[in-house]
Amino acid sequence: MIHSGSPAPKLSEAAAGTLPLLACITLSAVLMVADHRGDLSPKLRGAISTAVEPIWRFAALPAALWRWADTALSRQQVLAEETVELRRELQLRDAQLARLEAVARENQRLRALLGGKADFRLAVQMAGIVDVDLDPWRQRVRLDRGSAEGVEVGQAVIDAGGMLGQVVQVSEHGATALLLTDASHSVPVQVVRTGLRLVAVGTGKSDSLRVPNIPQSADIREGDLLVTSGIGGRFPAGFAVGTVRAVGADDTRLFLVADVTPAAQLDRGLEVLLVMRGDIDVEIGPPIPPGYVDPAPAAEAGPGEAAAPPPTAAEPAE
Amino acid sequence: MNRDTPVWLRLGSLVFGLLFLVLPLPTPFDTLRPHLLALALIYWALESPGRGGMALAWVVGLLADVVAGTLLGEQALRMAVLVFLVQRFRAQLRFFPLWQQSAAVGLLLLNDLALMTSIRLIAGAGLPGWGQALAPLVGLAMWPWWFLLLDALRLRHRERAGGR
Repeated sequence: MIHSGSPAPKLSEAAAGTLPLLACITLSAVLMVADHRGDLSPKLRGAISTAVEPIWRFAALPAALWRWADTALSRQQVLAEETVELRRELQLRDAQLARLEAVARENQRLRALLGGKADFRLAVQMAGIVDVDLDPWRQRVRLDRGSAEGVEVGQAVIDAGGMLGQVVQVSEHGATALLLTDASHSVPVQVVRTGLRLVAVGTGKSDSLRVPNIPQSADIREGDLLVTSGIGGRFPAGFAVGTVRAVGADDTRLFLVADVTPAAQLDRGLEVLLVMRGDIDVEIGPPIPPGYVDPAPAAEAGPGEAAAPPPTAAEPAE
Repeated sequence: MNRDTPVWLRLGSLVFGLLFLVLPLPTPFDTLRPHLLALALIYWALESPGRGGMALAWVVGLLADVVAGTLLGEQALRMAVLVFLVQRFRAQLRFFPLWQQSAAVGLLLLNDLALMTSIRLIAGAGLPGWGQALAPLVGLAMWPWWFLLLDALRLRHRERAGGR
């Protein structure tokens, strides 16, 4: 319909429209390629992000107002009940925490006996999720802490359940985090039961991850818990990633593929924790690869541990 | 022509369009979100053509890319192409009755969808979900109301300006 019945525009008129269009297309193409390759964009995106920050804040306003009204107008009795409930839960958690502390102390003592590095401290920073719907094609969230609060690209994002994702872009007072379930995200994991090392990739759906290319002989079954292995140095080791929901043969019938339910609450909750990047403790998690040279002098345990690797290597050798 | 279109309405509708890209909506509606920014750009390209229409669309599209977190340049390209097409067929579109205009807007958005899908396929993202595939229909249904709203606001401003 658009093409039929339109009289041919005058040449000058057509050129006046076409040239800017060509310029726009070229400019966009250059930008898209650069952005896709990750060449220029962190800075450019960061700069524009700071400019459009008010829009995100403003977009989150109605939801925030709604929550505020919900609290302000809910009946006192409901609130009282909720308080009782929360207090009970807190007590329970306190008890669990006390037990955990005892275990941690014991762990530390045992480590001291073994002469290993003792400290496994977790420094985290709380951040809120800005309540906006980003691009539905990609699994991302916007956080309300930015470079001014010390957030850096590459920081791991966790919640009470486990691994949530990582920070991919930072502006002055905000950051964008890529979730585990984004199709372009993958995370090195380890099966808790057997120590098997694998890589979990996102599927684009917020309730499932995929672990492809598992060797047929690998020991993995339904219900296995996966944690981050810390390989690659991007994520700290030991955070829960998910539980295996199903294991089956892949399309080639040469490897297994596992469906994993993420441990973190990816589509619920409004608060997350940002793990501060410190030295990643190589004593926790997988054995040190043979070629690894620790800058610290206390790396003697490395090769010895590497001599007894978990049953299967990450590379599918079959 | 510029005298008739108040700057605040133009800017306001564009900012609202940007805002609406990320405004949290309840679940069934968030995938069926109408692209109000595109509709606003179409409206302004129809009603007040200018030299900088396409450049403005490109810049606004770039902002939309950052706001919605899409590939930098994707929406910029889409919006520029959209405005280019509207400018090209402005003479016909402007004198269409409203329902016919909606159909044309639907076609424009269909073209937009095709462009978006091809960009994303090239960039390695998957095919759109059904919610995104329905975007042209949503835009088509939304257009008359959007058009009437902006027209009413614009006319009211003009009357007030004339009365003074």
